[in-house]
Amino acid sequence: MRKGTDVELLQNLGDTVGKPLIDGDSRMSCSKVDVFYNNNNQAIFDISVDLGKNEILAMIGPSGCGKSTLLRCLNRMNDTIEGCKVEGEITLDGIDVYSKNIDPVLLRSNVGMVFQKPNPFPKSIYDNVAYGPRLHGLARNGAELDDLVEESLIKSGLWKETKDRLNKPGTGLSGGQQQRLCIARTIAVKPEVILMDEPTSALDPIATATIEELMYELKSSYTIAVVTHSMQQAARISDRTAYFHLGRLVEVNETNKVFTNPEHELTENYITGRFG
Amino acid sequence: MNTQDHISKEYNDELEQLRAKVLNMGGLVEDSFNDATKALLKGKVQLAREASKEDYKINALEVSIDEDCSNMIALRQPAASDLRNIFAVVKIVTDLERMGDESEKIAKFTAELSTNSHSMKFYNSLKSLVQNTREMLSAALDCYARLDAEKALEVLELDNEVDAEFINVNRILTTYLLEDIKNIEDTIKVMWCARSIERVGDHAKNICEYVVYIVKGNDIRHVIDEESRQGREK
Repeated sequence: MRKGTDVELLQNLGDTVGKPLIDGDSRMSCSKVDVFYNNNNQAIFDISVDLGKNEILAMIGPSGCGKSTLLRCLNRMNDTIEGCKVEGEITLDGIDVYSKNIDPVLLRSNVGMVFQKPNPFPKSIYDNVAYGPRLHGLARNGAELDDLVEESLIKSGLWKETKDRLNKPGTGLSGGQQQRLCIARTIAVKPEVILMDEPTSALDPIATATIEELMYELKSSYTIAVVTHSMQQAARISDRTAYFHLGRLVEVNETNKVFTNPEHELTENYITGRFG
Repeated sequence: MNTQDHISKEYNDELEQLRAKVLNMGGLVEDSFNDATKALLKGKVQLAREASKEDYKINALEVSIDEDCSNMIALRQPAASDLRNIFAVVKIVTDLERMGDESEKIAKFTAELSTNSHSMKFYNSLKSLVQNTREMLSAALDCYARLDAEKALEVLELDNEVDAEFINVNRILTTYLLEDIKNIEDTIKVMWCARSIERVGDHAKNICEYVVYIVKGNDIRHVIDEESRQGREK
């Protein structure tokens, strides 16, 4: 199997191995995506990958490999970074998300994001969840908004713990509860896709397990892309795993294939903890 | 199979020690089988008695290697080729331990024989069965040591020859039973020995299959059997 050093392997890197594209309908699709930061520093190179409906795609790789960059392209979070240029095509249900007539704010309600550090607004638990629906006018009256908040908190597994303290500040919750509140806030605006950037790296193992279980439950309603540094987490929760290396997408395969018999040697080296 | 070092030196050392232990166990099994079959072929009762006493070392290694593997799975969370390697080692030591048991059986029956088997008429067919099984066992262990999947695929084919020879030995022994009523007890013991030798061939075949699994990630067990079954049904 050994073909050369990692540097040689990278130089000879061709197309992404495995199954980056899926048969049938995909929810989101990236085609030949390049991203440049200031002074034309290229962060990711020619990435094509699909996100299927109701699947969890885990994105793994060493720091600086471009996984978060790609994740942030999916809902145009990179628009806020000056000097960032995205080339290629990214579609949501077949519609180009970088097209001029797409409103990024609306896009982000369709493609929600959960960050590494729980970041509830300095408002009550209720207002945290109601913020998005109010902004997008998703509820016609107070009763509808109440229902929406309850439904979102139930889906994020936080309802039982918070139903008697909805007016208390969201920042008073524990780290794991705050992260579930952020997930409730994300799903309150009825997205199709949820992006998660290391959603449990600031949490203890029990809170992590709760979030992972929540992700598994949410899968039936949403498409989830998760960037994680924990390979065990990728192995536990995802349907497919994508391995990134220095801005290239090396391999995408079913998760059990990646962790038992990866196709590319760079993937193998990373997940077995060998010198890169 | 990835031979590049892990970032954790300790992990490398643990995997290397595991490999060394398996090879050590393989060496003991090979010695035990060679001694037992040598005693059978040459009628050396003393050698047979000594050979049957060595099995405890093999058993102890099986327990120790299993413990190492479960520790590594719990503490290192191995993946990809490391996972396949550790998983296959757990299977390999089971086969090695059974080979040890079969060798012990051969040695015990040999020690109980009242006549020297080499003076019996079927000596030549038994010799060839032993020889081929020895070669197969040695080659299978070699394949694991070198992680040579191509060779392993060749070696596991030898099991067909061993099986054919076993059938031949059985046929000859059955005839012998009818011819020589006085030696029925001894002949049955030799039959049991032949059966054990043939089983060692089966276990060696299993080891070759695990080597292919470690290196290529394909599980080839029962594939050929299944193909021939489907062929028959058609």
